Amino acid sequence: MVRLADLAQSDRDNMLKKIPTLPKFTARPWVTGAPLKARRVAIVTTAGLHTRGDRPFGAGAMDYRVIPGNAQANDLVMSHMSVNFDRTGFQQDWNVAFPLDRLRELARDGVIGSAAGYHYAFMGAVSPVTDYEGKAKELAQHLQADKVDAVLLSPV
Amino acid sequence: MLGRPFGVPNDAAFQRRVLLAALQLLTREQGPVLEDFADNAPPDTQAAPEGLSCPVNFPSVRKEGDLAQNLADECSQLQAWHALATQYRAGNTLGVTGLAPEALVQYVCAWLAGNPPAKCRADLSEGEALKHACDELRAFYTEAKAMQPGTHTTASMQHWFWRETVAGAATIALRQIAAASSDPSLKAVAVQSLVPRAVEALP
Repeated sequence: MVRLADLAQSDRDNMLKKIPTLPKFTARPWVTGAPLKARRVAIVTTAGLHTRGDRPFGAGAMDYRVIPGNAQANDLVMSHMSVNFDRTGFQQDWNVAFPLDRLRELARDGVIGSAAGYHYAFMGAVSPVTDYEGKAKELAQHLQADKVDAVLLSPV
Repeated sequence: MLGRPFGVPNDAAFQRRVLLAALQLLTREQGPVLEDFADNAPPDTQAAPEGLSCPVNFPSVRKEGDLAQNLADECSQLQAWHALATQYRAGNTLGVTGLAPEALVQYVCAWLAGNPPAKCRADLSEGEALKHACDELRAFYTEAKAMQPGTHTTASMQHWFWRETVAGAATIALRQIAAASSDPSLKAVAVQSLVPRAVEALP
């Protein structure tokens, strides 16, 4: 959705300078799974979202917040530390960054098997991205316990 | 546009197409797959809701001099629009700091006056608390602005806030205050969390 050419020069430069910090993959793992209509799907966003009563994200936070599957738009707030992305879209419609309404519709229509019981939010923009590995593995266990077999990674 | 990976607000059909395209990548027999979504996002223009009226007049308030007083006046004039936005959307996105808009203004004004207030949350550093307060103040403004008559775009919202409002000028002033602080948490937010790079790059 976001193309480098569409960004302001300063934002484009910031993105490009992160390339050397990205992990190098030495293998190309791939697994096939159940058809989409049988999958249980969770959203993992890096939009810095959380429920109103939960702890805000702080500088350099690499932990995550739990978003109940029955959350409604007004249950969530955004405490991402970056100021370099648009928030006015989220203010009007959470689905631009966290498409839970759309996911529920796909489940209702039988396109996917179900939406997960819990979804999760990190605060992105921490570099290097490999620093998230410990929390990501912890989160994977929660997803497995919820019988999730497909994850939508939603950045901002 | 960063911040909207699923397109524009209130376009459920486009959001669904993006979501479905992403999920369908999982059905490929071979991978990994790296594939662009072919379509551009719909135009970034939002007309304010119709059929609503805000029962208050809003004269221009900016005065010479007192940034804090001008900020309080400006926020006061936006209150009715924000109340309308909250009513229209059955809620709003404020709530990180726990401060009501009036208290947010007082908090920011205290910083501007050189009398740093007590942190709005004990579980945040001074810098994080100031950053979240500034973000919430900006959210109050943009949620209110979105209700005002006319057509709004993200660019017009950004220009309005950072170039035409007292709050934008106040946030830029706070960035300088934070940068001059001896508190590392304030220095950190001054560098990267108060004013967007794209705004700083403007002449």
